[in-house]
Amino acid sequence: MTLGARIQAGVDGFALDVQLAVAAGELVAVLGPNGAGKTSLLRALAGLLPLSAGRVTLDGVVLEDPAEGIRVPSERRPVGLVFQDYLLFPHLSALENVAFGLRARGMARGAAMNQARGWLERVGLAAEGDQKPASLSGGQAQRVALARVLALNPALLLLDEPMAALDASTRVEFRRDLRRHLESFEGVRLLVTHDPVEAMAMADRLVVLEHGRVLQSGTPADVTQHPRSRYVADLVGVNLFRGRASHNVITLADGGSLTAAGAADGDVFAVVHPRTVALYRTRPDGTPRNVWEGRAVDLDLEGDRVRVRLSGLPSIVAEVTPAAVRELGLDRGDRIWIGVKATEINVYPA
Amino acid sequence: MILASAGAAFFIIPLLGLLLRAPWASAWRQLAAPEVLAALRLSLLASFSATAVALLLGVPLAWIFARLTFPGRSVVRALTVLPMVLPPVVGGVALLLAFGRQGIVGGWLATTAGIHLPFTTAGAIMAETFVAMPFLVITVEAGLRSMDTRFEDAARTLGAGRWTVLWRVTLPLVRPSLVAGAVLCWARALGEFGATITFAGNFPGRTQTMPLAVYLALESNPDAAIVLSLVLLAVSLAVLIGLRDRWLGGS
Repeated sequence: MTLGARIQAGVDGFALDVQLAVAAGELVAVLGPNGAGKTSLLRALAGLLPLSAGRVTLDGVVLEDPAEGIRVPSERRPVGLVFQDYLLFPHLSALENVAFGLRARGMARGAAMNQARGWLERVGLAAEGDQKPASLSGGQAQRVALARVLALNPALLLLDEPMAALDASTRVEFRRDLRRHLESFEGVRLLVTHDPVEAMAMADRLVVLEHGRVLQSGTPADVTQHPRSRYVADLVGVNLFRGRASHNVITLADGGSLTAAGAADGDVFAVVHPRTVALYRTRPDGTPRNVWEGRAVDLDLEGDRVRVRLSGLPSIVAEVTPAAVRELGLDRGDRIWIGVKATEINVYPA
Repeated sequence: MILASAGAAFFIIPLLGLLLRAPWASAWRQLAAPEVLAALRLSLLASFSATAVALLLGVPLAWIFARLTFPGRSVVRALTVLPMVLPPVVGGVALLLAFGRQGIVGGWLATTAGIHLPFTTAGAIMAETFVAMPFLVITVEAGLRSMDTRFEDAARTLGAGRWTVLWRVTLPLVRPSLVAGAVLCWARALGEFGATITFAGNFPGRTQTMPLAVYLALESNPDAAIVLSLVLLAVSLAVLIGLRDRWLGGS
C-alpha cells in the first residue's frame, strides 16, 4: 500500500504545491510553521479541497486527477482524517460517534454499536461510551476521534496536529499511547504537526513544508543535521548560512565569509552550532580561523546556558555559560570578538 | 427616569387592564362556548399546519441562503423575508391577487384542478404561512451560518453522503435554531389577523381563527373576547419564557 500525491491547489490566495510519496508501514510527519499549508494538504488528500492540478493515487487507484476529470468524493475515499480539534459530534455519545462511520457505510445499528464498543475498549474507553464529547477530557476525546476513524479501517490515515489540543503535561503520555495505536495500523500514515519534538518522536521520515512547498524531506536525523531552511535551523537551534564555497572559503549570501575545512566548491549550506561559537573581549590570536567583531543584540538565559544573539558580518548566535558572560562583562549593545574554528563548520551542498 | 417609567407603564397598563377586567368566574364557561372552541380548534390546526409547511419549505430555503452564493441571492432573500415588515393586509391582498379566483395562479388552479384557496381553511393556513415563515427562515439561516461546517466535513470523511450529513449532523447541530424558529413562526401564525381576514375571510369553523373571533366578539360578547385574549397572552408569555435564554440573554 502506498500513497502517491502531487497536489496543486489554491486556498484563499495561497498556493499549495506538494509532491509526496508514502509507503505502507511508514509514518511520515509533515512539519511546518502555522500557515504553511499543512491542514490544506490533509484536506486535499481527504477530498475536502479540490485540486487544481496534480494526481492522488492510493494503492494504484486514482482518487483524484483533474486532467482526467477523476474526483472520488470524500465519503467514498478509504481515507481517515483525525481533525486537530477532533470534531466529535457534540450531540452524539462517544459510542455513537465511533459508530457513525460504520452506520453511514450501511452497517445495521446493532452491529455498528457492537463494533464501536470494541474500538472504545481498544483505546481504553470502555466505560466512557455513554458520555457526550463535552464531558470527555482532551486525551479521551483524542482517543475517541482516533477510534472513530480506525473503526472504518482506512487505507490512508491522516492526523492533523494530534497533540495540539492537549495540555503540555499530558502530551508525553498520550504521545506514547498514540504511537502504540499507530503502530498496530497497517495502512499509510501521515501526520501533520508544527511541533518538532512530536515529529521526531513519532515519525520515520520528515517532510518540511513552508509556504505551501516542500523544503526538505528525510529521516529526522538527516533533517536536523542538514537543515535546508531557516525554519528547521531555528527548530534545531543552530546557525544556518547559505553561500558559495571556493577553496575552503564560503562567501555568504547575507554578507561576510567563513572559512571551513574541506568545503566542496559550489552553492552550500553551512551549519554552526551555537556552543562552538567562542566570545572574546579583545581580538584573539592563534587558533580560530574565523574571527570577526560583532555586537551583542540580545541575551537569553536558557536552562544553564545563555544564548547571545550577535549582529555582525555574519550575524550569529552563540551559547555560553552564565559564568562566561560575567567574566566578559557582556551586556546588551556591547561590542565583542567572535571566533569559530574551521573544523566546527558543517558544510553540505545546497 | 420619568420617561422610562412612562415607557414601561405604556406596556404594562394595557396588560393590567386585560387582567383586571377578566371575567374570572365565568372564564371556563366562556372558553367552552361552541364558537369559541371552534375558533380555538381552527387556530391550533391552522397555526400548526402553517408551522409544518414553513419547516418543510423554510429549512431548505434557509440552507440555500446560508450555504450557497448565486446571482440575485440577496434579492430573493429580501423578498422572502419581506412579509416580516410588510403590513399583513397587503400580504392578504397580494395572496388574493395571486391565488384568488381571478389571480395569476388561482385562476389556473381553479380551472385545471378545481382547487379554490381563498376563503377556505387551506387559505387561512396559506395566509399564516406567508406571514410567519420568514421568522423561521432567518432564525434557521442564522443557526446554519454560525455552525462550524467542519463537522460536516468530518461526517463526509467518515463516509456520510449528503442526506446522512444533513439528517445526522447539520439538522441536529442547528436544533436550537430550528426549535426557536418554529416556535416564533408558530406564535406569529397563531396571532395572524390581517392577511388571514383578507385572503381567507371570516367564516366560523372554517377560517375564523382566534384573533378574528376576538375582534368580532368584542362587539357581541366582550367577556368572551377578553378570555380569548388572555389565552393568546398566555401563549405569548409561554413562548417568551421558553425562548428567554435565546432572546433575552438568559438574565
